[in-house]
Amino acid sequence: MDAVLSQRLPPKIGEWKLPDRGSMGIIFLIVTESALFTIFVVAYIVYAGKSLTGPYPKDVLDLPILASICLLSSSATIVFAEMALKKHKLGLFKLWWLATILLGLEFLVSTGLEWKKLIYEDHLTVSTNLFGTTFYSLVGLHASHVIVGMAFLILVMLVSLMGFPIESQERRVKFLSWYWHFVDGIWIVVFTVVYVIGR
Amino acid sequence: MSSIHSEIERPLVEEARFSFSSHLYEWVSTVDHKRLGLMYIVSALLFLVIAGIMATVIRLQLAFPNGHVVDPDTFNRLFTMHGTTMVFLVGMPFVAGLSNYLVPLMIGARDMAFPRLNAFGFWIFLFGGFLLYFSYIGGSGLSGAGSAPDVGWFAYAPLTSRAFSRGASTDYWILGILVSGIGSIASAINVIVTTISMRCPGMTLSRMPMFVWVMLIDSWLIIIALPPLSAAQIMLLVDRFVGGNFFNTQSGGSAVLWQHFFWIFGHPEVYILIFPAFAILSEVIPIFSRKPIFGRPAMVGAVASIGFISLGVWAHHMFAVGMTSWSNTFFTASTMLVGIPTGIKIFNWTATMYGGKLRMATPMLFCCAFLFQFLIAGLTGIMLATGPFDWQLHDSYFVVGHFHFTLVAGLVFGLFAGMYYWFPKVSGRMYNETLAKWHFWLFTIGVELTFVPMHFLGFLGMPRRIYTYAPDRGWDFWNLVATSGLLFQLPAILIFVWNIVHSAIKGEPAGDDPWDAWTLEWATTSPPPEYNFETTPEVHSSRPLWDLKNPNDPDWRFE
Repeated sequence: MDAVLSQRLPPKIGEWKLPDRGSMGIIFLIVTESALFTIFVVAYIVYAGKSLTGPYPKDVLDLPILASICLLSSSATIVFAEMALKKHKLGLFKLWWLATILLGLEFLVSTGLEWKKLIYEDHLTVSTNLFGTTFYSLVGLHASHVIVGMAFLILVMLVSLMGFPIESQERRVKFLSWYWHFVDGIWIVVFTVVYVIGR
Repeated sequence: MSSIHSEIERPLVEEARFSFSSHLYEWVSTVDHKRLGLMYIVSALLFLVIAGIMATVIRLQLAFPNGHVVDPDTFNRLFTMHGTTMVFLVGMPFVAGLSNYLVPLMIGARDMAFPRLNAFGFWIFLFGGFLLYFSYIGGSGLSGAGSAPDVGWFAYAPLTSRAFSRGASTDYWILGILVSGIGSIASAINVIVTTISMRCPGMTLSRMPMFVWVMLIDSWLIIIALPPLSAAQIMLLVDRFVGGNFFNTQSGGSAVLWQHFFWIFGHPEVYILIFPAFAILSEVIPIFSRKPIFGRPAMVGAVASIGFISLGVWAHHMFAVGMTSWSNTFFTASTMLVGIPTGIKIFNWTATMYGGKLRMATPMLFCCAFLFQFLIAGLTGIMLATGPFDWQLHDSYFVVGHFHFTLVAGLVFGLFAGMYYWFPKVSGRMYNETLAKWHFWLFTIGVELTFVPMHFLGFLGMPRRIYTYAPDRGWDFWNLVATSGLLFQLPAILIFVWNIVHSAIKGEPAGDDPWDAWTLEWATTSPPPEYNFETTPEVHSSRPLWDLKNPNDPDWRFE
């Protein structure tokens, strides 16, 4: 009897667990953003050394060592902040989060200073030559992503300072940190292409 | 039949009366995937009518030599807006609308993964469409030149530079497409995540309906292939507004780079557009042949490999710009490679029909016509993939004939099949089969009359985008035949619209499962309630409703 029944009833479905939709969403956002950056990087490489007039990268570009160190280490501080949040050490979380914001801010400020030097001293603008066009577009696209990231970082900082229970938003903090890692990863590519190979 | 309803309970639907404004508020503020899907499809149909009228004017202008229906500038705007609208405001929202409506229902979910992102995607797409059409009013800009964009749907550089495209018309083209592209990407991410994270218990990837599989790969292509266009358009904006040199040949920039970037998007885009037709055929043909689809894994593999190969074929649009012979060889070979998985699909659809108990209802008729016509489109595609052949016929009416055969005789036929097939589910009522058959035959005859002669015109040397021609070229007859196809196509479309509108209000009640189908969307009521399924269904095979209807011979025993 049991044998007949088991033939007629479908097998039981075991534990049914699918990937978290938030994580998947942010992963595919990063995929599509990467496709966007790829085209800008390709344009930069295609036009490297094709400028008809100066200034050329080797004359005006300095390696942004300090800014790069700051941005890349902000990837570490945001992980420390996440770990602190996981352990519900809110003070520590705010401290590391603030460090992340300051490091990101340093990056933006030094980019601004670099652009100021390029524009006022070296007279390189978007329209000067191909180097100017591709440089400001690629670095600017990356910087605009840093600015978006900063806006969200500051938002999290503000709401947690105002007493919002940020530990309830651990998942979203994680997604923000993934985005931040992505922005940092893009910087490694931009740094290599613009300041190492392109020079 | 009754066993289905005992197993998957019928949700209660409460009828209530609302005023017009509360109705409007409900539709505008909705995050329901079915309503958004319908709004996508309705706006796609509206844009289809607009772009269809443009095509009609184009055909009237070309019907006779030395035509005087419109002046050359208007003609340039017409074909630009026709192409742009059909691709970005008809094709793309159809992709989004179909997958929005059907994917959650087919995988047994209550909504998409991100309902609010979904609503955002729709409204930003619609805004992009309005922005593009606003160019008719605002395109003159401050310098007083231009109206709607007239640079062609692929907007080749350097025609789009400030020097050659004065006024704001090209900027409207850039911004309209850029903005509606954001909507497409949002909806594609949503479809991917829904498919990955929202499937009902038992719905493994190997049991997922073919439709969902194809739309998953389609959405993957969208998020990979649309950003290159956005990137290129951002570069063009930099060129036009802050004096950048990306596509400025006088400063060493390259006009060919725009072509590369555009077609890196543009070729995958044509697969993005045709995939919904593949998806619909893979659902409709099995149901109307009373057989499970032939070679399911091969079908999924074929779509995945088309999606993969299509990312590496773009320069076959550029044989005529003078690339190296190695590039020509590579892109000829890679393009021909697409023929293999496409052939697998055609054979598998045919094999599904072979030995089946065919029911020639309208959706099936459209599918059969698709098979013949898409095969022809595929063959002319293989011809054009050959570099030397393309040098002869590049930018001729042969190319126009080829891609209209893929998109009209292919995609549009697939879409009609899908719309008739799911109409009873969406409206709860049955369409009029006699009118639908009239629509099918008139439309098929019209499409053949319009687009077959274009191939001949290409052989006779008629170039694309010319606004008129002299009478001594030998093009008169075939142009007139092509235009005469309108006499069949236009009534067909009118019959379709009448049938849909009339049946939606006064049609016979269709019941929940009029086609005796096997996928989950037919398990709920027609139209489905806002929450889709009262209890989350469980599936044990790729044909869950077959299992319920045939408890003695369920699929799960063999899969």
